[in-house]
Amino acid sequence: MKEQTKIPETDICIIGAGPVGLFAVFEAGLLKMRCHLIDALPQAGGQLSEIYPHKPIYDIPGYPQIMGQELVDRLIEQISPFDPEFTFGERVDSVRQENDGSLTVVTNENTVIHCKVLVIAGGLGCFEPRKPAIDGLREFEGKGVSYMIRNPETLRGRNVVLAGGGDSALDWTVFLADIAGKVTLVHRGDTFRGSPEVAEKVFKMAKAGKIDLLLHSNVTTLYGDGHLQELRIVSQELPHFIIPADHFIPLFGLTPKLGPIAEWGLDVIQSAIPVSPADYSTNIARIYAVGDINTYPGKLKLILCGFHETALAMQSAFKYVYPEEKLSFKYTTVYGINTF
Amino acid sequence: MASIRSDLISIRIINADEREETLEIHVTLNLSLMEALKAGGYPVLGTCGGIALCATCAVEVLSGNEHLSLPTDQELDMLDLLPNLPRFTRLACQIRLRPGMDGLLVRLVG
Ligand SMILES: Cc1cc2nc3c(=O)[nH]c(=O)nc-3n(C[C@H](O)[C@H](O)[C@H](O)COP(=O)(O)OP(=O)(O)OC[C@H]3O[C@@H](n4cnc5c(N)ncnc54)[C@H](O)[C@@H]3O)c2cc1C
Ligand code: FES
Repeated sequence: MKEQTKIPETDICIIGAGPVGLFAVFEAGLLKMRCHLIDALPQAGGQLSEIYPHKPIYDIPGYPQIMGQELVDRLIEQISPFDPEFTFGERVDSVRQENDGSLTVVTNENTVIHCKVLVIAGGLGCFEPRKPAIDGLREFEGKGVSYMIRNPETLRGRNVVLAGGGDSALDWTVFLADIAGKVTLVHRGDTFRGSPEVAEKVFKMAKAGKIDLLLHSNVTTLYGDGHLQELRIVSQELPHFIIPADHFIPLFGLTPKLGPIAEWGLDVIQSAIPVSPADYSTNIARIYAVGDINTYPGKLKLILCGFHETALAMQSAFKYVYPEEKLSFKYTTVYGINTF
Repeated sequence: MASIRSDLISIRIINADEREETLEIHVTLNLSLMEALKAGGYPVLGTCGGIALCATCAVEVLSGNEHLSLPTDQELDMLDLLPNLPRFTRLACQIRLRPGMDGLLVRLVG
């Protein structure tokens, strides 16, 4: 675990950088409130970038059709004048309310954020890696087993085994071939459904001896003494064999789980946080929930509805950030967007 | 009377504690198995709404596989992503319920 990183106080901490969390920055910025976003994923966009970057969306006002990733890119452009801070690849594990009402948010990597208002835009929850059923997998997590490659440099010269048949398994195999000491890709089938060009490249690299490709194979057991050293593979050709490995990285995609949000003292009904439909506040003062994570009578899990919720939530949050000031409603057409 | 009866099919489901339950569905509703399971109160997320993009609706088909249409490329793409698949795993959202599927037996894995 990292040492505690203190982050200067921010007005609003937003958990989740999906479309709704991103747009909350805009609505907050119009009211001169600064934001810090945290997301467990390594990138912004939530479900749009993770599940359907290349699918068209047809119900965003003003866009007869827009791709998932394009909407994310536009949102990032739209909020950039307000200079939000981002922490990616970290999951918020705990939220504590101080005596003065302010909140302290701590991530799994020990990043600490102190804020006046917390906005939970956690969608369907944290995207977590799908974990295959392999003996010893959990025992070696962080000791050779990881599910994401944050810094490829840490794999330089090492003996790396990847598993999976999707785009990310293929892409990383190609990428790591030049960095790692040895790369082995283990795949259950014999065809790859990722990009045909990259699959072709992987087959060529295997033929040329640049990587090892084990088809019709599954990793079944991990061994090591404190750190991963070997893994057992079962294949169609051979009943089983053992190969050495410093790192094992199963890449089977991500799936959302509500995760730690349920433990923060908020009401939770069927994986959703009930809110007041007047301002999307939760049962705890200064904590708001917007987007797919909240529920109220008539709730629809739509991007459009999430956007609307952020406008009302930020108007309501203003009193906690500027207790001395009176909020006057202004159109962006009249005042433009004044940055800080 | 007879025609009404043949509209009604039974799907057998092995739930989390390994018990078999039966769900009766009118095929005229034109539901997918994912939608039927959700409507029946089973813990199926169906995050992507049924477009083979999330695999939260995966089921293992234990009996009746021969009555299902073959998986499309898109379904296979998604299934290929999942670890440790039992042999007859399908995405329930890609199975449109039809009269011939009476007695289908599935286990929830998604
Ligand atoms: C296939 C598909 C098609 C869709 N089509 C449409 C459509 O056409 N129109 C439409 O309006 N909607 C559509 N939706 C729904 C839409 O994508 C969601 O309503 C929208 O993504 C909700 O945005 P959000 O910001 O609330 O949450 P999300 O997009 O889910 O983002 C939440 C983020 O919070 C992060 N997070 C959660 N908990 C934590 C934590 N503890 N710490 C750190 N980070 C955390 C997650 O990693 C995630 O990135 C579709 C959804 C899917 C899956
Ligand atoms: S509901 Fe998403 S794949 Fe079936």
